[in-house]
Amino acid sequence: MVLIPTASQTVGPFLHIGMNELNTNEIVGDGERIAITGRILDGEGQPVPDAVLEFWQANAHGKYAHPEDQQNKPLETGFTGFARIPTDTGGGFRLSTVKPGPVPARTGGVQAPHILIGVMARGLLARLVTRIYFSDEAANAADPVLALVAAERRATLIARREDGKDRRYVWDIRLRGEGETVFFEC
Amino acid sequence: MYDLPGYRRPPAGTQPNLVHPPYRSTMTRAPALPLVPLPTTLSEITGPLFGHTQVRPKDSDLTVHHAGAPLGERIVVTGRVLDADGRPVPNTLIEVWQANAGGRYRHPVDQREAVPLDPNFTGAGRAATDADGAYRFTTIKPGAYAWRNHHNAWRPAHIHFSLFGPSFLTRIVTQMYFPGDPLLALDPIVMGIPDERGRQSMIARFDLDATVPDVALGYRFDIVLRCRDATPREDGTGWS
Ligand SMILES: [Fe+3]
Repeated sequence: MVLIPTASQTVGPFLHIGMNELNTNEIVGDGERIAITGRILDGEGQPVPDAVLEFWQANAHGKYAHPEDQQNKPLETGFTGFARIPTDTGGGFRLSTVKPGPVPARTGGVQAPHILIGVMARGLLARLVTRIYFSDEAANAADPVLALVAAERRATLIARREDGKDRRYVWDIRLRGEGETVFFEC
Repeated sequence: MYDLPGYRRPPAGTQPNLVHPPYRSTMTRAPALPLVPLPTTLSEITGPLFGHTQVRPKDSDLTVHHAGAPLGERIVVTGRVLDADGRPVPNTLIEVWQANAGGRYRHPVDQREAVPLDPNFTGAGRAATDADGAYRFTTIKPGAYAWRNHHNAWRPAHIHFSLFGPSFLTRIVTQMYFPGDPLLALDPIVMGIPDERGRQSMIARFDLDATVPDVALGYRFDIVLRCRDATPREDGTGWS
């Protein structure tokens, strides 16, 4: 039997009514604490205050909290790897998490540390999928996914490390137009 | 080695186009550049898992959260979550939200004062599928509502559904519509899906077997998630 997957629709402007109980801007786990802040902007440069972002990442060892991850790596109790953050009135968000470790690539080698992002909002008929990489990672140069992206657009996937003693990164999403973020079909 | 089977893509046209000019907001919010095809990696094959432990039985009855009963036509919405090969998807979280019977949302953005809020209705619910992929909500039928997309624009009655499934790639948010609604063909959000089969995938059917005599009309809404290929693709792309 082959069925047609149910079609996607926008979350609309009232998503907060039903999509709230999983909200958290913190992923707990062992390892180096980092913060990622940013804003979502639309094609006219206006902030998007009614989006929701979902984050999915491995732990500091590069292990996912999921049965498909069969790697022999430690997984600490309480680590989920998931966060859901509705944007604030200025289109902003702040994620507090652990820096993910490298995870296996599809055909050998590793992927540079990254976080998957799903973006949902009014005006988006389907979820957009993108990734956050980290500007202070040498491994980015050999990452097989970044290599699929035109060189001049790769920067849209890379969070910039800010100066200071806290590990803080800034990463903005531009949904459309100049500096448009790379979104993946997967 | 993690040479993983990828997830099959839905047939062309059965999912919405991101840029759909009749739905005005897509013109400022949907990406203008093509999506970049991404082979499935371990990052996408995994994903957050939410099951029964997260949900209390009362969460799936939207009519019992206030002192009184909400106004409107009582309905049961039930169905199964399946993958595209017809296998049930057990223990997966479903979140729903909807307008009240008059078409008003309990949300600060919905300020249409011509339509009253119902003090006995919030419009949020949660359920998890059982071992057979089945779920069930009790609620009231939401009203159609006006929106500002174009002159005299009305959304067909709908319930918003959000599901996770077993991986990051099975995540979907959709809307369940009611059969026979004349607003469906006029709605730019529904019509953003080019293929009729995709539009039909969102329309529940009336089901007398699901009705509760003297209490609630029954609607059946099965939800189909993407599923994986049996094996990695021979061309090595991991995706189709
Ligand atoms: Fe709605």
